[in-house]
Amino acid sequence: MTFFQIVQSSWRYMLDGLWITLFLTLTSVVIGFFIAILLALSKMYGNKALYAISNFYIEIIRGTPLLVQLFILYYSLPVIGIRLSPLTASIIAFFLNSSAYQAEYLRGAIQSISSGQMHAALSIGMTKWQAIRFVILPQAIRRFIPSWTNEFIYLLKYSSLSYIVGAPEIMAQAKFVASRNFEFFKVYLFAAIIYFLLVTGFSEVFKYIENRLKIPGTLSQARE
Amino acid sequence: MESLQIVINSIPYLLKGTVVTLELAFFSIVLGFMVAIFVSIGQLYGSKFVQTFFLLYERILRSLPELVILFLIFYGLPIIGIRLNPLVASIIGLGLRSSAYQSQIFRGAISSLPKGQVDAAYSLGMTKFQTFFNVIFPQAMRISLSGWTNEAAVVLKDTSLAYSLGVIELLRQGTYIIAVTNKPLLIYVICGLIYFALTFSLSKGLGYVEKKLAIPGYEVRRG
Amino acid sequence: MNKNNDSNSSNHVILRVQNVHKSYNGVEVLKGISFIMNKGETKVIIGPSGTGKSTLLMCINRLVEVDSGKIFLEDDEITSAKNVHKIRQEIGFVFQHFNLFEHLNVLDNVRLGLIKVKKMNKEEATNIALKELERVGLKNKIDLYPAQLSGGQKQRVAIARALAMNPKLMLFDEPTSALDPELIGEVLGVMIELAKSGMTMLCVTHELGFARAVADEIIFMEGGVIVEQDPPQVIFNNPKKERTKEFLNKLTKLYGKEENQ
Repeated sequence: MTFFQIVQSSWRYMLDGLWITLFLTLTSVVIGFFIAILLALSKMYGNKALYAISNFYIEIIRGTPLLVQLFILYYSLPVIGIRLSPLTASIIAFFLNSSAYQAEYLRGAIQSISSGQMHAALSIGMTKWQAIRFVILPQAIRRFIPSWTNEFIYLLKYSSLSYIVGAPEIMAQAKFVASRNFEFFKVYLFAAIIYFLLVTGFSEVFKYIENRLKIPGTLSQARE
Repeated sequence: MESLQIVINSIPYLLKGTVVTLELAFFSIVLGFMVAIFVSIGQLYGSKFVQTFFLLYERILRSLPELVILFLIFYGLPIIGIRLNPLVASIIGLGLRSSAYQSQIFRGAISSLPKGQVDAAYSLGMTKFQTFFNVIFPQAMRISLSGWTNEAAVVLKDTSLAYSLGVIELLRQGTYIIAVTNKPLLIYVICGLIYFALTFSLSKGLGYVEKKLAIPGYEVRRG
Repeated sequence: MNKNNDSNSSNHVILRVQNVHKSYNGVEVLKGISFIMNKGETKVIIGPSGTGKSTLLMCINRLVEVDSGKIFLEDDEITSAKNVHKIRQEIGFVFQHFNLFEHLNVLDNVRLGLIKVKKMNKEEATNIALKELERVGLKNKIDLYPAQLSGGQKQRVAIARALAMNPKLMLFDEPTSALDPELIGEVLGVMIELAKSGMTMLCVTHELGFARAVADEIIFMEGGVIVEQDPPQVIFNNPKKERTKEFLNKLTKLYGKEENQ
């Protein structure tokens, strides 16, 4: 089969996979973001117990492979009676994982806001939480955007891991197609091109948005 | 008590898997490093063509999921007559991906160096290569270290993807044990703890090296 | 204090700059610069910022290539030389921002060129480096790293680094303008000693006290051309050009009376 024939006969499957990949990525990043806010604030402004818990969580998640986290959720939970679909298990694993990384980026963004901002807010009579809510976070979130978009791209690529537990995203579809026509290389090449276009497209869009929103001196700090 | 017995019985197998995981990580990082030096020198000093070529190389590898890279290598190379065992294919896949990221770290470090030092080296009569190896390289290496520590940890964690090519590394050893014992939670958590211990000691170890190599009075920017 | 102004009698030409032109992005920064320096002379270039003074120095050291014109070091044409590294070894360059190698200690900063470029053995290089560091008064700081030094100390190390190569000519590009006022003196002190010792020096600086003390000639540059080139007495007391007078008045207002050092 020529590459073109492969594309012709498989694009419908790949398109199905593409939607799952995008759904998986977007859901995980967004839910991860909200957990990340809680984690970052607990780590920075919380009491000792909150600090210890969030710090422990962040370190453990960042110190272990995503695939192991996924396996624990998908293969181990049935033992205690919780059975998740591959897709659900993947989403949960991804947002739990992403929340730890996003928390660290958020913390970095918050720390880059000068302490003078906090002092100024307190000096006009705000409480600490008001200062965080109205002064620190609005500034920090903007600085956080570049890391957030990087995290999105990161998860877009790593969402392919959910293929290993059987979620029907791009790689799973590719395997399905390839196991019928035995053109493994060409099918995976097709998948590679889809990922390349996806990642490049999103990067360009994000770059455009970041430039529009740019605050001079914005720092980006993301995992690669 | 049964669990404890299982853990004790599993230890030799998990250790064997850990050794394979470490092999994967070590050779991938080294391969990635060597290719990265080559790529970044090409990007900095090469002709327009060479620069574009390496830029494309970086761009593609950074845009593809590691899993896709592994599959392309594993299924692609046999087509041109190269048959690799899963371990070697994984090292190449992990290493090439890492080279793209390492060269970016390295180039970032080089471009963060004040340009004046290059002028100063030239003003002493140094050639481009003398300047690179005596002035730029030693400083760029130090600045890169924190980024590298990060990247090394990423590669270490990504070795778990070699599972999908059938390499019997830590995660697959764990899966084999589970097939016999039917204790997925216990075994996968232990695997996780081993990975954690590895990444933790890697970061601490490289952090120590970084401190050792720090230039007195000179604050190395943290990545 | 002035050196003998007619030491030109020896007339050993070290540097000859002939009609040098240089443009950046269509803007002509140097519009035909010509002058000569004899062995042992010190010349000071003054002029408003943006008049190409630094560019001129960079051209002499080939850190920047000229568009047209020629520059000679003794009989060798710098501007067409194949081996630019050889030329640069014979010309010392002191930068405004020191540009010390941040990863090397003081001794290694001074030794690096000797070992790597001149291929000297370590012992010989160390001896020369120590001698030059003694000359700039920093022999007791050899183990420190650049980030541990004050600006004045950094610049003195940079001077030692350039001198160690045993250059025929030293170029100084505003060597004191990045320094805190109280640190300027120590650097100028070293430069004055150097000038008196017979080194050929071309300095871009606005330290008029220094110029008065050691310069054989002052070159006033503006808008990419040399407006006036005369001994300090003439420049300071009755400059030939009105522009020179105006500029000096401005300088004196800015930097105070010309009695630094």
